Amino acid sequence: MKAFRKFSTHVVPLPVDNIDTDQIIPARFLKTVSKEGLGEQLFYDWRYDAEGRPRADFILNQPRARGAQILLAGDNFGCGSSREHAPWALLQYGFRAVISTSFADIFRQNALKNGLLPIVVPPEIHGELFALVEQNPDVELTVDLESQSLGLPDGRRIEFAVDAFARRCLLEGVDELGWVLRQESYIIAYEATHPARVNTLQP
Amino acid sequence: MPRTIFEKIWDAHVVAELPGAPTLLYIDLHLIHEVTSPQAFDGLRSRGLRVRRPDRTLATADHNVPTQEPRLPIADPISARQVAQLEANCREFGIPCYSLGSERQGIVHVIGPELGLTQPGMTIVCGDSHTATHGALGALAFGIGTSEVEMVLATQCLLQRKPKTCQVCIEGRLGPGVSAKDIILALIARIGTGGGTGYVFEYTGSAVRSLSMDERMTVCNMTIEAGARAGLVAPDDTTFQYLAGRPFAPRGAAWEAALASWQQLSTDEGASYDRVVTMDASRLEPMITFGTSPGMGIPITAPVPDPAQTADPIERESLAKALAYMALEPGKPLLGHPVDVVFIGSCTNGRLADLRAAARILKGRKVSSRVRALIVPGSEGVKREAEAEGLDEIFRAAGAEWRQPGCSMCIAMNGDQLAAGQYAVSTSNRNFEGRQGKGGRTLLASPLTAAASAVAGAVADPRMFL
Repeated sequence: MKAFRKFSTHVVPLPVDNIDTDQIIPARFLKTVSKEGLGEQLFYDWRYDAEGRPRADFILNQPRARGAQILLAGDNFGCGSSREHAPWALLQYGFRAVISTSFADIFRQNALKNGLLPIVVPPEIHGELFALVEQNPDVELTVDLESQSLGLPDGRRIEFAVDAFARRCLLEGVDELGWVLRQESYIIAYEATHPARVNTLQP
Repeated sequence: MPRTIFEKIWDAHVVAELPGAPTLLYIDLHLIHEVTSPQAFDGLRSRGLRVRRPDRTLATADHNVPTQEPRLPIADPISARQVAQLEANCREFGIPCYSLGSERQGIVHVIGPELGLTQPGMTIVCGDSHTATHGALGALAFGIGTSEVEMVLATQCLLQRKPKTCQVCIEGRLGPGVSAKDIILALIARIGTGGGTGYVFEYTGSAVRSLSMDERMTVCNMTIEAGARAGLVAPDDTTFQYLAGRPFAPRGAAWEAALASWQQLSTDEGASYDRVVTMDASRLEPMITFGTSPGMGIPITAPVPDPAQTADPIERESLAKALAYMALEPGKPLLGHPVDVVFIGSCTNGRLADLRAAARILKGRKVSSRVRALIVPGSEGVKREAEAEGLDEIFRAAGAEWRQPGCSMCIAMNGDQLAAGQYAVSTSNRNFEGRQGKGGRTLLASPLTAAASAVAGAVADPRMFL
C-alpha cells in the first residue's frame, strides 16, 4: 500500500444517517472474484435509475463532485455487511477520506486497511462542515494524518483520533500481514501450549 | 479480579501484546464462504503463502446458491464461477468445503453450531457480519473483511483492539406470540443501529436463559444491526444439551474435560461492564420494521412515526427518505398493509425452531392468494429435521414454497428477489434499500408474524392466529 500523504480537495456532502454498505455497493456486484471495476458500482442504486441512466439529482452525478476526494456523510457510516468491497469501491471512485460523527466498526477497519481514512468529528463540527459546503461547494479541506487534523479554510485545525498502529501503517506504508508474519514465533509458541479446540478435517 | 465471559475468552486467546500494536489474537475457527474469500486467496497466492491451519478452517457455499431444484449446475454463470472458485481454492489450500451437493451444506452461521464446530470459549471469525450468531453458544464470534480473512488464512491470528463490554440484561417472561426476534428488534429500535459500536454485548437475564439455542442465535445474530460486532450468552445446560452428540463436539473423556472448562466461562460475580442496558421482556409486543434501517422498528400495533416529530435535521431527512422509499404514510398503522411476498429463512430465522413457529400458524391454513411465501431452511441438516417432522407437508399444504438451503432472499444474490415496489414481510436481518431486490420493500419481523401475514395477505398480528 502507498504511504498516505497530506492532501486538500473539495468535498461531496451526503447528509444521510446510517448509510449502509448495501447502498455503498449493492450485493449483486459482490459476485466478482476480483477487486476491479467497483468504482463504477459505487452507490449504484442511488446514482443510476432503473434503466442505468445517471440520476441528475444524485450528488455524484453533479459537476461539483468531480475531483472531490473527501466524502462528508451522516452518522454511523458503513453499517451493515462486512463487505470490503465498500472501501474498495469508494477508493476506486477516488475518495481518500470519509468524514462522519461515527463509523461502523467493521467498515472502519476495512477502510484503514486499504488506505481510506475514516475521520470522526464532533457533532457540532459535523453540522458546521455541512453548512460550509452548502454555502460554498468549492470549499477545500485539508486532511493531514501526520498531525491528525482536518484543516478548515479559516485556518482552524480540527484534530481527530486514529488508531496509532493504523496511523503508522498508513503513513509508512507498512504491510500489516507482512508485519504479523514476522511475529510467527509468538504464534508457534501459542499453538504449542494451546491444543486445538476443533479439527475441521475430522470427522 | 472478577472477569466477564468476554474477558475470559479474550485473555485466553492473546498470542502477544507487542509495543505500539493492537493485541495479536488467536482464532480457533475460521469459516469462509464464496463471496468474501476469493480476493483473500488471490492475496495468498501473490505472496506465495499457504493456509496456516486448514484444520481450523471450514468453507461452505451459501450466499449465491440456488434454492430451487435442480441446484446444479448453477444457472447464473457469474454465481457458478464464484462457487467454483471457492471449491478450487479449498482444494488448492486443503480446506474442507461443504459446497452444493454436500449433506452438510448450509448458511455458514447455521452449520457451525449445527455441526458442533461452534463451542463455548472459542474465538470464531468469518467474512460476514452475522458471525455474531455463534456467540449464542458462548463463543467470541465476529465478522471481518476480506483483508482480515487473508490475515487469518495466513496466520490464524488477527490484530484487534479490545472492545468495551455492554451487559444487555433482559428479565421477565415473553408474552404469547412474542419471540426472540421481537427482543432483538426492540433492542435495536431502542439503542439505534450505531448504539453498540465499539462494544461486545453479553445477553443476560431470565428472558435470555429461558430461550432455546435456536432463539439465542436469533438474538446474537442481529447484534451487528445494533453496531456491536459480537454478542454472546454464557453457556449453560441448554448449551451443553444442544452440543452433546453433534458431529464435531468432543466425546467421552474429552467431553467431560470440555464441559468442566465451559462451566468456568460464565461472568464472575462482581465483574463489571462498561455499560448496562436493561429490558423488560414481559412488556414487549411483536415488532416490525417500517423503514430502511433495522433500527426503524415499532410494536406491530403502533403507527408509522412522523418525521415532523424529529428534531435533528439529518435524522428527520433520513426518516423522510426511508418513508418515501417504503411508500408509507406517517401516522398510519402498518397492520393491514397489503403484502406481496413473505420470506421465512436466513441465518437469523432459518433454523428448526423458526420453521416450527411458522408451521404453528400455517398448519391447516392457506397462504393468501395475493402472497408468494418462500420458506428456506438454513441448512441441509435443518431441511432434513423439518421434513422428518412433516413441516414441509404443512408448508406445501398451506401453499408456501418449500425450498433448498441458502441465504436466498435475505441478500438476493441467487435470483430469489423482490420486484421493484413489492412489499415483503421477512424474517431476515436487513431492510436496507434494495437488500431483497432493487426497489423491494422489506418489513422485518419474526417467523410468527411473517406466517400470520402470509395467511392474512397483509401485515398481521400473530397473536390473532394462536
